[in-house]
Amino acid sequence: MVDYVWLIPFFPAVGFVINGLLGRKYIKDRSHYPGVISVGLSLLVAILVFWEVAFGRGGGDVVLYQWIIGTGLEANVGFLIDPLSAVMIMVVCGVGFLIHVYSIGYMHGDGGYYRFFAYLNLFMFSMLILVLADNYLLMFVGWEGVGLCSYLLIGFWFQKKSAADAGKKAFVVNRIGDAGFLLGLFLIYSLFGTFNFIPVFENAHILTAATATIITLCLFVGAVGKSAQIPLYVWLPDAMEGPTPVSALIHAATMVTAGVYMVARSHVLYSLSPYSMAVVALVGAFTAIFSASIGLTQNDIKRVLAYSTVSQLGYMFLACGVGAFGAAIFHLMTHAFFKALLFLGSGSVIHALQGEQDMRKMGALKPHTPRTYWTFLIASLAIAGIPPFAGFFSKDEILWQAFSSPHGSLWLWLMGVAAAGMTAFYMFRLIFLTFHGSSRVEPEVAHHIHESPNNMTIPLIILAFLSVVGGWVGIPEALGGSNQIHHFLARVLEHGAHPDPPIHSTSLEFLLMLISILVAATGIFLAYHMYIRRPELPARLAGRFPGIYQALLNKYWVDELYQYFVVNPIKRGMRFLWDLDNYIVDGAVNGTGFITVLNSRLSGIFDLYTVDGAVNSMSTLFNNGARGFRRLHTGLVHNYALAMVFGIFIFVSLYLFFI
Amino acid sequence: MIPISHYLTLGAIIFIIGSIGVLTRKNAIIILMSIELMLNGVNITLVAFSYHLADLTGQIFAIFVVAVAAGEAAVGLAIIIALFRCRATVNVDEIQLLKW
Repeated sequence: MVDYVWLIPFFPAVGFVINGLLGRKYIKDRSHYPGVISVGLSLLVAILVFWEVAFGRGGGDVVLYQWIIGTGLEANVGFLIDPLSAVMIMVVCGVGFLIHVYSIGYMHGDGGYYRFFAYLNLFMFSMLILVLADNYLLMFVGWEGVGLCSYLLIGFWFQKKSAADAGKKAFVVNRIGDAGFLLGLFLIYSLFGTFNFIPVFENAHILTAATATIITLCLFVGAVGKSAQIPLYVWLPDAMEGPTPVSALIHAATMVTAGVYMVARSHVLYSLSPYSMAVVALVGAFTAIFSASIGLTQNDIKRVLAYSTVSQLGYMFLACGVGAFGAAIFHLMTHAFFKALLFLGSGSVIHALQGEQDMRKMGALKPHTPRTYWTFLIASLAIAGIPPFAGFFSKDEILWQAFSSPHGSLWLWLMGVAAAGMTAFYMFRLIFLTFHGSSRVEPEVAHHIHESPNNMTIPLIILAFLSVVGGWVGIPEALGGSNQIHHFLARVLEHGAHPDPPIHSTSLEFLLMLISILVAATGIFLAYHMYIRRPELPARLAGRFPGIYQALLNKYWVDELYQYFVVNPIKRGMRFLWDLDNYIVDGAVNGTGFITVLNSRLSGIFDLYTVDGAVNSMSTLFNNGARGFRRLHTGLVHNYALAMVFGIFIFVSLYLFFI
Repeated sequence: MIPISHYLTLGAIIFIIGSIGVLTRKNAIIILMSIELMLNGVNITLVAFSYHLADLTGQIFAIFVVAVAAGEAAVGLAIIIALFRCRATVNVDEIQLLKW
């Protein structure tokens, strides 16, 4: 057993605490020491764990402690170590470590240096919790943790309004997905009485097809939000407002793949529902082709890569949807290598051009930034699917499965191939615009162009190496390989009753492979033709088909549609509720207050005039009476004497006459 | 023998004359004298009854009244003198401090 697995998330957590508490005042420009070293240590432990899983005694469920007990709701903090999580921690720690190293150079001199590394470490912690968790609840903790870090890091330069808005958008859109994920968790708990993966999957057969469909669709809503699929992908392109290492780590290599990981982890449930599988596959395929088409016309170097990421994530979901979970994870891994490399390379370009991101103001950078260029080229070949680079093997396995698997079909394959062709085109369009052709760099920037420092280029070189060899663990049998990663992951991903895939001939597989290579090569050639040989062609094409060009350039107006059909109605609804609050609720409260005041005023008037009036009028009565009576007191002795005599006379008279 | 009613009538007449004097005159000294008149009217009545009833109590009362009247005259005159010193008048109409 690998009892020390808790160290993997522990180191980044320590790094986060150190940088978070002490960074601002004490560590400052040395924040990369705790930041990078902690992730490095995690990587070492992750390698140990991976080694143990792959060649040693295997993994298992390591329960750290019971988190929630005795309330009817039982949950552990535990880590599930199996080939799937082992691959994931390798990807997360490996790519994460390289990006941390890269960040030392890229973020150097930024005012929020310590903050950056603190957030990155917190992200690593959350992501590792997410992939290591042995139950859905702990997974959700990591899930929300990475969402939080994503928000914090997108809005890292929060002084910029667009960055702050992008962070907010990512957070809000992710909440929609998380609501679905939560509903899925509740359903799982109510049906199984536990969150733990192992008992849930063992008892999955108790589910009817309908409940399985509902659960998996709820979970898939979460995956759609986190992994930026249609219709919730809109946050990811905007997330490029964050620093480039963040885009590489969170919005390309790791966090956005959490949805794929979650679907693969829940593959037992998904296998029970053909309907959900079809939805996953269709959403994935459609996203792949849709966002690839947007990527064709974007001019911001990072936005092209962002749409490319969305498209590649679509591929992974396509693989999940046709039941090829292993292929999805394989592509996740290779994609993490080459997409992180692409982002870091674009970061290097942006660094060289002092913040310029518009490809129309680049060009001919190749002689100035050779390392960046060559690594970028390797990554582009990998993503375009040119053998023997990593992307070829993973993408081709997906395409082959999309065609041949029992869930697959010719149409899914066609969509995948079309997206692959577009991918090759826009990637090489990016390369030609950035590194080749004539320089369109602003003159005052031009003579500052320089290659990035070593701590930025060395991660690029390592990632380039991985982008080349990363696919070799999955060379299909048809090409004489042994597809090790497939068999490795199959220990987790195919332990259920899995229908044997229909036998297709190797020649068919070869044919499809050839077609996809041809399509990719065509894409590259087209890009070459349009941006190197005939640079005036794109403008003419745009002039010829203005409708299509505008639709692509404006991203099909999806943001505007959402604004119009979702955001504005919600705003109006909230405005209505606000009015309701303002006029009805507040009105009731204020009305009550007003009535009370009025009542008090009346009561005051009553007091003043009636009660006080009674008292005062009594005194006035006596006053006035006394004023009248005191006239009797003339002070003249005669009058008194007369009264006395008169009184005596009366009394004597009475005495005499009546007694 | 003179019947008692004559005495009583005489006493009553003197008393009423004294009363009217008290009520009508303005000079304080005259009022004091009128009071003496009233006291003496009462004295005549007391003595008449004493004689009529052959009881000395009435005569003793009369002696008392004479003694008290002497004291009263002394005090009253002293007050009037003090008053005169203070206000330079003995007209009771002008002495009305005990007003409202």
